[in-house]
Amino acid sequence: MGQWLVETYQSWQPLSGIITHILMITLPLFVCVAYLTYVERKVIGYMQVRLGPTRVGWHGLLQPFADMFKLMFKEIIVPSGANKILFLLAPVIALAAAVAAWAVIPFDATMVLSNLNAGLLYVLAITSVGVYGVIIAGWSSNSKYALLGAMRSSAQIVAYEIAMGFALVGVLLAAGSMNLGEIVTAQSGKQGFINWFWLPLLPLFVIYFISGVAETNRAPFDVAEGESEIVAGFHVEYSGMAFAVFFLAEYANMILISALAAVMFLGGWLSPVQGWVSDTTLATPYLGWLLAGGMHWFILKICFFLFCFLWFRATFPRYRYDQIMRLGWKVFIPITIIWIVVVGGLVLGKVGPWWNHAA
Amino acid sequence: MSNAGRIVKSLFLLELCKGLMVTFRHLLFVRKITLQYPEEKAPISPRFRGLHALRRYPNGEERCIACKLCEVVCPALAITIESEQRADGSRRTTRYDIDLTKCIFCGYCEESCPVDSIVETHIYEYHGEQRGDLYMTKEKLLAVGDKYEAQIAAARSQDARYR
Repeated sequence: MGQWLVETYQSWQPLSGIITHILMITLPLFVCVAYLTYVERKVIGYMQVRLGPTRVGWHGLLQPFADMFKLMFKEIIVPSGANKILFLLAPVIALAAAVAAWAVIPFDATMVLSNLNAGLLYVLAITSVGVYGVIIAGWSSNSKYALLGAMRSSAQIVAYEIAMGFALVGVLLAAGSMNLGEIVTAQSGKQGFINWFWLPLLPLFVIYFISGVAETNRAPFDVAEGESEIVAGFHVEYSGMAFAVFFLAEYANMILISALAAVMFLGGWLSPVQGWVSDTTLATPYLGWLLAGGMHWFILKICFFLFCFLWFRATFPRYRYDQIMRLGWKVFIPITIIWIVVVGGLVLGKVGPWWNHAA
Repeated sequence: MSNAGRIVKSLFLLELCKGLMVTFRHLLFVRKITLQYPEEKAPISPRFRGLHALRRYPNGEERCIACKLCEVVCPALAITIESEQRADGSRRTTRYDIDLTKCIFCGYCEESCPVDSIVETHIYEYHGEQRGDLYMTKEKLLAVGDKYEAQIAAARSQDARYR
């Protein structure tokens, strides 16, 4: 009996380790999502010469919890004529896709849940599953507005996924690997932040991020939920926790897109002063830790991209639907294809400092 | 501008960057204009039109002479007046009601009043908890007038030059 217990425990040990790791990623992620909503309201408020939330807690810092409790105690209304199973499944699919992609994101040289060799492919595949959440939500709601929102959203995501995929092909060419960790190490070198891929892949970088904004259905590409046109788009019929899960998925997706942009174009956890600081400086107690590469740089880069998301939302008016399609199909896809050819030439010619480390 | 110039301009997102700079400037360098309402309040003009009141003369006699000009001028038909002759021969109101749920706070009643009886005070924080709480009777209006006479008189004298 005792022997059996010990054996069971040992065989379950790796699983419990994985579960701990998953919780270590998802729980902070959800806290970040909660506070991202707070930061969003603050930043957009300030840009509109307002103060944003100030009432709940010091400077409104407890606002996310107030929102959360409010949503938790609200009723989840399933519309009459809705497909109940799909209606409740849709937000789960959306959230699962947004969270699952975090499995391959390297936080550090060693900190990654699953060091997948086809990491980039996995990310592309999993983020595409998120569209199903939107489509199913729109269809199962039995509402015109929801269906319209879902149609717009799926068409938009499909269009931009192509441009995004081509941008990732550029990264793939440049790094010579689909493993996200190796993509980051390919950007290390002696030239500081010049070594990162943002410079040789600048058009792809810009297009990737803009496509990312479109993928997450954020302003100015928020026709899918344009509240002035089709109420709230695919999630009009959702309330309470089901709505909160969609919200969670959207913000988790924003953080994910930011993290991917940081990994692929801004050197992930690498320090922007890599190779410029002497080893003696790196050995000093606190300054050395700060200047060396590590998770703090990664988080800082993610924060920068997240700020851009909010900044765009506060600045740009919504695109018209046909303009979105024109931008995706007629501008982004040709540019990415051209730049992939250019990157191929650069890699073949071993243009330094990115592909000729001697230079 | 030439076609090539336009293409370059849109490819490098120049206009968009200009827009981004505007919002960034507002984020950091523009003073926020939010009023933290219960603690901070916006300044009020002496002509502010809030809750109604009926005034009295300093000797305690009510000003209203039941001329019904306010009732006539009221565009929302919120005022109801009934009058009779008092023992001393003067005409006085027996009923002077303002339905605040109908009132649009245009201030015509105050403007039309020949004896400065019906006035609008600076009170804007009031509420009703039951049906009928916002139906101001003569007694309620006179009570408001008695309570805030100092404030009402001060506002009138401030504005007197322009009337």
